[in-house]
Amino acid sequence: MINFELIFPELFLALSIMFLLILGVFKKDSSKIIQNLSLIVLLITSVLIFNETFGKVEIMLFNDSIIIDYLSSLMKIITLLSAFFVLVISSNYLKTFKIFKIEYPILILSSVLGMIIMISSNDLIVFYMGLELQSLALYVLATFNRDQLKSSEAGLKYFVLSALSSGLLLYGCSLIYGFTGSTNFNVIAEQLNSNEYVLTFGIVFILVGLAFKISAVPFHMWAPDVYEGSPTSVTLFFTMVPKIAALTVFIRFLYVPFLNLIDQWQMILVFLSIASMLFGAIAAIGQTNLKRLVAYSSIGHVGYILAGLATGTNEGIQSSVIYITIYIIMNLGLFSCLLMMKRNNQYYESIDDLSGLSKNHPLLSLSLLVILFSLAGIPPLAGFFAKFYIFKSVLEQSMYFLAIVGLLSTVVAAFYYLRIIKIMYFDKEIEKYDTDHSLWLKFSLSASTILILLYFISPSQLIEVASRINII
Amino acid sequence: MIEIGLGHYLTLGAVIFSIGVIGIFLNRKNIIVILMSIELILLAVNINLVSFSIYLNDLSGQVFTLFILTVAAAEAAIGLAIIVVYYRNSGTIRVEDIDKLKG
Repeated sequence: MINFELIFPELFLALSIMFLLILGVFKKDSSKIIQNLSLIVLLITSVLIFNETFGKVEIMLFNDSIIIDYLSSLMKIITLLSAFFVLVISSNYLKTFKIFKIEYPILILSSVLGMIIMISSNDLIVFYMGLELQSLALYVLATFNRDQLKSSEAGLKYFVLSALSSGLLLYGCSLIYGFTGSTNFNVIAEQLNSNEYVLTFGIVFILVGLAFKISAVPFHMWAPDVYEGSPTSVTLFFTMVPKIAALTVFIRFLYVPFLNLIDQWQMILVFLSIASMLFGAIAAIGQTNLKRLVAYSSIGHVGYILAGLATGTNEGIQSSVIYITIYIIMNLGLFSCLLMMKRNNQYYESIDDLSGLSKNHPLLSLSLLVILFSLAGIPPLAGFFAKFYIFKSVLEQSMYFLAIVGLLSTVVAAFYYLRIIKIMYFDKEIEKYDTDHSLWLKFSLSASTILILLYFISPSQLIEVASRINII
Repeated sequence: MIEIGLGHYLTLGAVIFSIGVIGIFLNRKNIIVILMSIELILLAVNINLVSFSIYLNDLSGQVFTLFILTVAAAEAAIGLAIIVVYYRNSGTIRVEDIDKLKG
């Protein structure tokens, strides 16, 4: 007897997507209704997950192909809530570009469904299906402003490189399947003791595919182009939500099937992490477009997340989860600011457009200042604590080189964050931006700023949530 | 007569896979060729999975193959749609000309 209530959130989300699609097709001018219903669906799904599965100890379903445990429930809820915020603050942007269509919320919902399936997958087939459901929706989202050359080019590039990475990942999966005889993670973990070099090949292929998905160096080349070309609200989605799912899958792959081969993947992960941190810090210096700069900074942040995973301990995993949570909050604030830079129905996204912002919009520039300081990792803001936990767990494993490179790249990265602040506060002021923003946009900006500012008062709460993650 | 064994199938898969990957990186002319290369990569994976499945006497490899075939069809459809959208905006699908985004 299968406990259907445990996959009820997924079933509910899938059925709602089909219902919304039908509703959108048959009812005219229903984009507003669909948008609101999608928000409700996301909230209900997260409540369902919270009620049904939160706090349950490891349950396997469908011949052990789906795993429900604390990590999966937590990451699912984070995914759903961040998708909620993306959807809720993007409506004005979409209306300005006249792309406020029914497909937008539905595509976001389907990619979220794919991510949720990825997060709780315990089998190569289930994992692949979730990954593809997510990617197929994301290709279309990147191209969503389809009459604009930049957006369609971003979609094209994302499609080609993402399909290539799926191919590499699949090739790795096929090798792993062939030499262990099963697609199930637990069985693979048992069979993976032998030192066959083909298995190392398989692991490398899978890691390369996953590194593509979270845009770690040297597989990052799609990220700046795609982030710049896609509509800003979609860029916000790209920088936040798929990374959560990819991180969870990374944790699952490394610590369930590949745990016995830790010596072989640890070096790869340390390399990915160091390269991402350094590249993210150095390449962002010369950028003039804010979205492109965010792309490089997100590459750098992925480096820190991977540093936590490279430690091979529970503390490392926990600090990575804390890092991505704080990173998501900072990114939400940053993009809320970007979405507020609007004048006469046009959005501005160059760094020079921030020039003298503090004279015209003191509050907006103050929150942007807080967010940028936090991204740079300056105490006592939340971003500092995120980096602190990572370095602590890295140092506990005596991986001094990784920690030193991380600290150095933090210093380099601080340069370009501080440059933005300098432009904002000390350069010549330009024309005012509009101030009639939607309530949700203001709410998400102020909420994220306050969270970042006041995190130091009780950091123990987030730590406590994360400390219940026990993988090894 | 040589016996055709697992090694031969795996070599075939590896060769097709390499052709696909090289095709994506070396091709400078047409995006459609990239689409074909992606298809080649997925087919190479299918060859691998089916031959493993037969030699292991385990059906899940073939089930996996069916899923991959379905996804490959969906992926090709979306890829072609994106190429059509791109063509309408730029009037070309030459790979060299896709360079509006850089920095």
